[in-house]
Amino acid sequence: MRRTLAIVERDLRRFWRSPTLVIVSMVLPLVQLVVLGYAFGGKIKNLRVGVVDEDHGVPAVKLREMFQAVAANARTFDTVSYSDRATAVQDLRNGRINGLLNIPPEFSRKVFAGANPRIALVEDNTDQFSASALEGTLSQLLVPYNQRPVQPRITANATLSIVELYPYVPYIQYLLPGTIVLAIFVSAMIGGGIIYIDDKARGLHEGYLVTPIGKFELIMGFNLAGAAKAIIAGMVLVTCGSLIAGIPDPFNLARLARMLLVVMATALALISMMFLLMVRVSDPLVPRAIFGVLNTVLFFPSGAVYPTQSFPAWMKVITTVDPFTYAVHGFKELILKNTGLGAISFDLVYLVGFAALTMAAATLLFRRTL
Amino acid sequence: MFDVEVENLTKCFGDFCAVDHLSFRIEHGEIFGLLGPNGAGKSTLIRMLTTLVPPTSGTARIHGFDIIRDPNRVRQSIGVIPQAMTSDLDLSAEENMNIYAKLYSIPREKRRRAVKELLKAVDLEQWADKPVKMFSGGMRRRLEIARGLVHEPKTFFLDEPTTGLDPVSRVAVWEMLAHLKRERDLTILVTTHYMDEADKLCDRIAIVDHGKLMALDSPLKLKASIPGKNILEVSFSEVPPGWEEALKGLPEVAEVIGEDHVFRISSNNGPRTTIELLEAARKAGIAVTSLSVQSTTLDDVFVHYTGHQLRDALQSAVGYSSAFMYDRK
Repeated sequence: MRRTLAIVERDLRRFWRSPTLVIVSMVLPLVQLVVLGYAFGGKIKNLRVGVVDEDHGVPAVKLREMFQAVAANARTFDTVSYSDRATAVQDLRNGRINGLLNIPPEFSRKVFAGANPRIALVEDNTDQFSASALEGTLSQLLVPYNQRPVQPRITANATLSIVELYPYVPYIQYLLPGTIVLAIFVSAMIGGGIIYIDDKARGLHEGYLVTPIGKFELIMGFNLAGAAKAIIAGMVLVTCGSLIAGIPDPFNLARLARMLLVVMATALALISMMFLLMVRVSDPLVPRAIFGVLNTVLFFPSGAVYPTQSFPAWMKVITTVDPFTYAVHGFKELILKNTGLGAISFDLVYLVGFAALTMAAATLLFRRTL
Repeated sequence: MFDVEVENLTKCFGDFCAVDHLSFRIEHGEIFGLLGPNGAGKSTLIRMLTTLVPPTSGTARIHGFDIIRDPNRVRQSIGVIPQAMTSDLDLSAEENMNIYAKLYSIPREKRRRAVKELLKAVDLEQWADKPVKMFSGGMRRRLEIARGLVHEPKTFFLDEPTTGLDPVSRVAVWEMLAHLKRERDLTILVTTHYMDEADKLCDRIAIVDHGKLMALDSPLKLKASIPGKNILEVSFSEVPPGWEEALKGLPEVAEVIGEDHVFRISSNNGPRTTIELLEAARKAGIAVTSLSVQSTTLDDVFVHYTGHQLRDALQSAVGYSSAFMYDRK
């Protein structure tokens, strides 16, 4: 054990003396959290919508007043009036406006006649996010427009009442669990991958192998050192990330203790996986070449940025075996729902089992010779 | 009893044998030099003896411990300085030493004493708390020598300890090694391709080429073992047919090795052969473009036993050697 601790001590001393490493493994994931959180999380506003009123009747004017109310309050879109449809379509194609609302001739007459009046939304569907936002806002707008002036006392229509279990979760909070796992992964990637292979190529391992240190002691040393750095990075993200994302009661000790458990299990799982991947590699270019792809393959199928239910079947296979999935789920439960150990017990069991399995395989493959 | 006993030690990588049935013994207290170009098999031999590379066949015993059957006791009894500088640049000299002392499970008090003594012995005491990245190449090498001795080994293996160092640092490292050997009653096995260093400091030298032991003896005996007391290196403006035979027929000439216009002549009497040689060239109408006469050196011994000069072998081995290092398993 003393030899194992010597390897851990050496790695941690090196870590603290390399500010670049500390920054890369802790600060960069925080930057990513802020940038991605705000890039994807905000409500879409100030879309430019062209309005071509070919009717000019009172119902059409009422409709345009409602558009202007949206522009003044929710500001989902601003309206731009066009006198002819052709110019408006041309502007839509050229990207000067994001959508075109056409009130056709005879609209008012059909309203009064109850003859299925229609307005048209011509949308730039190359931008699905903006198109969906426009569709949603305009559909909602038509509900009060269509309401009868006098409501029946008892309605026969079924309505849906929504009860939210938890307070509103902004996207930056939704993203935080994935970012914590990413920080742990980056740390494992640097410590268990790049530095491990660089040390091997520089001959540092040769120095260890001529001492009486045993194979298991050496592997344990590498793993514990890597895990310790990943745990530090993970806990920095847990605390700083919670503050930045505005998680309520970020220093709740009971929750922090549960988070530490998930951080430890995740760090062990990811560092052991990395060690297994690198155990027979000696070319320093290999880890650098595979990490971009590895990051994508593990991070995105985990549900960190999008619900896994939308994935195709082949991707769900990756989701099922990916340790990120269980780590992200564990952190989501604790951060967004503040649940107890019961909700994350399977995640912990999977991560620890994954760590044990990959470390056993790495130990079998590790050669105590050059 | 011998400290190191090597018996038919062989290491092959596919069809290529880096070390080919080597056998020798090293007595206690010797400085034993392995001389040879890159790719000659020196590093592979050291790696087998230090348990880093398993041999294909044969074995070796270090202080009676077999390198295959008892590798841990071998590791405990030896100190090793690999060819690459392996100190952690971000750690201080003292921290580097301490980490290695812990790898050898040395108790705290003994560790503290040993680290202090060794840093003093290699003249790095005042640099103990400075990060190694501030050190020169020579200082780093001295630190590694101290590190290799932290557990008081009986035998010390050094793989090209002076390669890449400036002449002053090279002398410092060798003086330090000689001093440590006396102080600590060490047996030292060192590889080098610096002939002059090996000549001055090694008790015995093994010349290795293409994985084979070409010669083994003290520097003095090795030099005496080759024909001639002087070496003439001479080049001519032209070489007519039969010129090499004519040179061999000159008085006191023991051996002639020629390549293009350059000849290397071993002579039992350098001055006399020189006079006769110049006369023969004048009569044949050939101009002598350069001529040097020197006493026999280990370089001449190397040429005699391997058929080529060490510096040539070094150059030709470089490309091959690096490719081999990448693919070795």
